[in-house]
Amino acid sequence: MSVLRCNDLRKTYGDLIAVDGVGFHIEEGETYGLLGPNGAGKTTTISMVAGLLERDRGEVMVDGAQMTTRSVRAKSAIGYVPQELAIYPDLSARENLRFFARLYGMAGAEMRRRVDEVLSTIGLSERAGDKTKEYSGGMKRRLNIGIGLLHRPRLLILDEPTVGVDPQSRNAILESVEELSAAGMAVLYTTHYMEEAERLCDRVGIIDLGELKAEGTRRELVSMVGGRDRVRLTASGDLEAAARATAQLEAVAESGVRDGGIDLIVDDARHELPRLLETVSGSDASVTGVEVTEPNLEAVFLHLTGKALRD
Amino acid sequence: MRAALLIAAKDLRQRLRDRSAILVAIVVPLGLAFIFSLILGGISGGSTVFEYAVADEDGGAVAAAFARNALSSIEDQGIIAVRRVGSAEEASQLAADGKVAAAFVVPPGFSQAVTSGRPAQLQVIGNVDQPIGAQVGRAIAEAFTADLRAVRLAVATAIHGGAAAESDAPALAEEAGRAPSPLAVEDISATRRELDADTFYAAGMAVFFLFFTVSFGVSSLLEEQNDGTLQRLLAAPVARASILGGKLVTSFLLGVVSMTVLIVGTSVLMGASWGDPVGVGLLVVAGVLAATGIMAVVATLARNVEQAGNLQAIIAVTLGLLGGTFFPVAQAGGLIATLSLATPHAWFLRGLADLSGGGSAASVLPAVGAILVFAVVTGGLALLRLGRLARP
Repeated sequence: MSVLRCNDLRKTYGDLIAVDGVGFHIEEGETYGLLGPNGAGKTTTISMVAGLLERDRGEVMVDGAQMTTRSVRAKSAIGYVPQELAIYPDLSARENLRFFARLYGMAGAEMRRRVDEVLSTIGLSERAGDKTKEYSGGMKRRLNIGIGLLHRPRLLILDEPTVGVDPQSRNAILESVEELSAAGMAVLYTTHYMEEAERLCDRVGIIDLGELKAEGTRRELVSMVGGRDRVRLTASGDLEAAARATAQLEAVAESGVRDGGIDLIVDDARHELPRLLETVSGSDASVTGVEVTEPNLEAVFLHLTGKALRD
Repeated sequence: MRAALLIAAKDLRQRLRDRSAILVAIVVPLGLAFIFSLILGGISGGSTVFEYAVADEDGGAVAAAFARNALSSIEDQGIIAVRRVGSAEEASQLAADGKVAAAFVVPPGFSQAVTSGRPAQLQVIGNVDQPIGAQVGRAIAEAFTADLRAVRLAVATAIHGGAAAESDAPALAEEAGRAPSPLAVEDISATRRELDADTFYAAGMAVFFLFFTVSFGVSSLLEEQNDGTLQRLLAAPVARASILGGKLVTSFLLGVVSMTVLIVGTSVLMGASWGDPVGVGLLVVAGVLAATGIMAVVATLARNVEQAGNLQAIIAVTLGLLGGTFFPVAQAGGLIATLSLATPHAWFLRGLADLSGGGSAASVLPAVGAILVFAVVTGGLALLRLGRLARP
């Protein structure tokens, strides 16, 4: 059973259609990315998924329960991390966590133990008693995410959690998401950073102007635009002979020598790489370096919408 | 309900750490009540004794009736103090020097003029720095001359009706002067509905700042919206009504606690006399509910925290002034007195005044009822409108 399944979501503000016909599902342990530029409809979509906004049309099922703005059961299954910091600055991290833990029905020793666990997970155990207004931006971000994890949600919703975050904290956040996903948590992650979507997401939905333009794994999306991988082999020896030999392989579309290496255009380079290396070695050349460049989501977005992701 | 209490507990913890809330809820009203009582208590309170000088340059029977009998009887009631001096100049100088509120001068020939039916003048020389005391002195003199006119009328009626000869006029006048007034009005309600200065300013400041105090609770909904934490509350498995309820509970508790501290504080520090605890409790609960309702409605009219703060301050000050928390506007009478009843402040003070005369808890029920009307109407409006604030 999908942890999240939403169908045909629509939300309008007067004449403005913010979201129209959006539908996707997320399985346990899967990280799903909603990739789109600012104003594409990502936040409106997850606001409906999180039960913050009433939808005009469509359906959202979370862990088997219908999600509405009044749905207590469905909301219990969600951990929501808003884009902006949502913590109380005049309370400590521990007080913030305990308040939200109680709101999610936790109490007593179990609540205290879970709060300590989360503090440890987000690396704030030593500063747990300090008021959060005294924290650095990165610490606040970590606490912002920690609150969403408190009740061990089935679905974690992260709305552009790395906006305005320094590179070090950003990397820590991305690692946390990877760990949570590996632990079996379903994650809905919105971003307008292509690199984050490529790194974190098992599947990606590309959204623009309120519509889901396409969705799938990264490879599926790239294949939609007919993209092939570019491989550069840095090598020594008879490079021309090696290039001719590799050109005979079925997966290789092009092969040529340039700047002391062999440039190839290949279908599914990751799969073909061992055969390529074997072929080059068999042509009196030795490979000293390999660089594979796959067509990225930026290109897919450009293909689908006619504009760059960060326009 | 559990969620509402959790939110209220969190809000109260935040407020306790916010020194401005403690200042507004307790320190400022207590300080202002003390200052106002100190400065203005002598003017508006019931404990003031105005001092007057009187110079009897006439020496006649009528002058003596004023200088000795009339003034002495009021002096005996502890309302005024009288300094008898030898000359008009001395009396006038005392008033000019600010040593008395006013000086009465009975000029030579005063008694003769009164008894012979000729015009007579009783002079009142006021102290410009004590206008209320001077006004009271003028009222005393006018009351005496009104009595004289009544006596003259009685004597004239007797002579013209043939019941007495003109030669009997002085004796008749003396007898008429001793006759009791046929009709006396004892203003019981006025006596009972008057707070002493300490209690008036303690209660006035308490109810005035109550409106600012409760606004901390209802406005925190806008703060949560501004800070993004409202989104998080709305995403939690909590009914929206619980979020709103939590804010209202916060306002109510802040109001009750601040009023309780102020009542105890002003009683101990200023000697304010609030009256029957049950009656005071009823007034406080009703007052806090009304203040919460009014401030909640005002908050729903605002677009952000700053705007809400400004609007709430305007409403709190306007209602406070109109309701007579700084000055007893009800005593001004007329339109302003009527308008003041359109504020819960006026009813709160009226209820306390009913208690101060020794009234039981039941005596405040009309005032409590009037205040609860404000609470129900504004609270209902607030509940209808607060939902629009509980949105991401």
